[in-house]
Amino acid sequence: MDINEFIKKIEEEFSDLEPGKLKPESKFREMFEWNSINALILIALVSTEYDITLNAEDITKSVTVQDIFNIIKSRITK
Amino acid sequence: MALFSISGIRIAGMAACVPNTIYQNSDYKWISKKERELLIKTTGVKQRRLADDKTTTSDLCFTAAEKLIKDSGWNKEEIEILIFVSQSRDYPIPSTSCILQDRLKLSKKCLTLDINLGCSGYVYGLSVIASMMQCSGIKKGLLLVGDISTKHVSYRDKSAFPLFGDAGTATLIESSDDKAKIGFNLQTDGSGYDAIIIPEGGMRNHISLKSFEYKKISPGIYRHKIHLVLDGIKVFNFALSEVIPTINELLTSEKLTIEKIDYFILHQANLLINESLRKKLKLPKEKTPITIDKFGNTSCASIPLTIVSELNKQVRKEKLKFLLSGFGIGLSWGAVCIDLDSIICPELIEY
Repeated sequence: MDINEFIKKIEEEFSDLEPGKLKPESKFREMFEWNSINALILIALVSTEYDITLNAEDITKSVTVQDIFNIIKSRITK
Repeated sequence: MALFSISGIRIAGMAACVPNTIYQNSDYKWISKKERELLIKTTGVKQRRLADDKTTTSDLCFTAAEKLIKDSGWNKEEIEILIFVSQSRDYPIPSTSCILQDRLKLSKKCLTLDINLGCSGYVYGLSVIASMMQCSGIKKGLLLVGDISTKHVSYRDKSAFPLFGDAGTATLIESSDDKAKIGFNLQTDGSGYDAIIIPEGGMRNHISLKSFEYKKISPGIYRHKIHLVLDGIKVFNFALSEVIPTINELLTSEKLTIEKIDYFILHQANLLINESLRKKLKLPKEKTPITIDKFGNTSCASIPLTIVSELNKQVRKEKLKFLLSGFGIGLSWGAVCIDLDSIICPELIEY
């Protein structure tokens, strides 16, 4: 799996995001108005697309898109 | 494993009753317009029904039951079991089912029982009434299921207030010569008891004046200890991890496939959960009706309410195979596979 694919899926889900602006090193809390609903949307996206469960702690300790992607990747390869 | 089936019992009728007051979530001024729009889009709840301060769940269930019994032509003397499933009872004690027996003018020979369950309540209630009727030989029973959840939540809690709606339902259950089976799969995980909870007012944490002190939990979330707490992420992850295997196990044990089921009625939790479940199960939209937009999350009433509201005409005329799935507070969840064959199903009643 590829991070650019993951970013593309995030961009499709969050219509507020300008395409091409989100990068692996982007701090997702600064990219758009981050709140608990957006956290749930992200968790839902990851669950449906990758069959991986992200919990509240995973989101809290992650800063960038890459951080989230790394968690997904580590759980897929397990 | 609570995976079992019951035969010789059928659903004869179903009715639902909602308060006539409509609350539009676009009018929820506690949060900004932008946040409101995101909330409506994500949860799917555009509007919901709110009971006034004088209305109880039992009032809504009573109204649905009276209409249904009248339409069925049943003799009330023959109803020997009444089960009331709710988390919004008339009084802390006694049981609301006793009050309903008298109010409905049912025979004193009727056994009554309250069941304290929320979103899984319809499936559980159905399993209890069907099991008791099968082993007792009781021929006619009444299952009343509903909740007034809007009184449990704080207006200043954006994580709970816009989600819930109120509704009461009635289902007629009768013994039948039909060999068709009703298959159940019922499960529990009490380690998640605090994912949805009212923390004080029971015996563990007694009610006191302090219980009513509002506290700021986070921006947009203020509540006191008699208000309902909803941990959105915990509930979401629970639903996504437990509901699907439970449905699949039931289908396997009933030797059924998704294609053979006419309708999947999932508890209407919120659109994000329901759509995620639907996509993961690969269910077509037309087989998975949604009412969260009109009524919000109506707790244990959501399954029968969705059938009455969306499939009223079909269930009156046809024989259809349903899979019903309830999940939530407890944590408690279950699925049932059941045929609805030309049942009595009046139009949605307004109170």
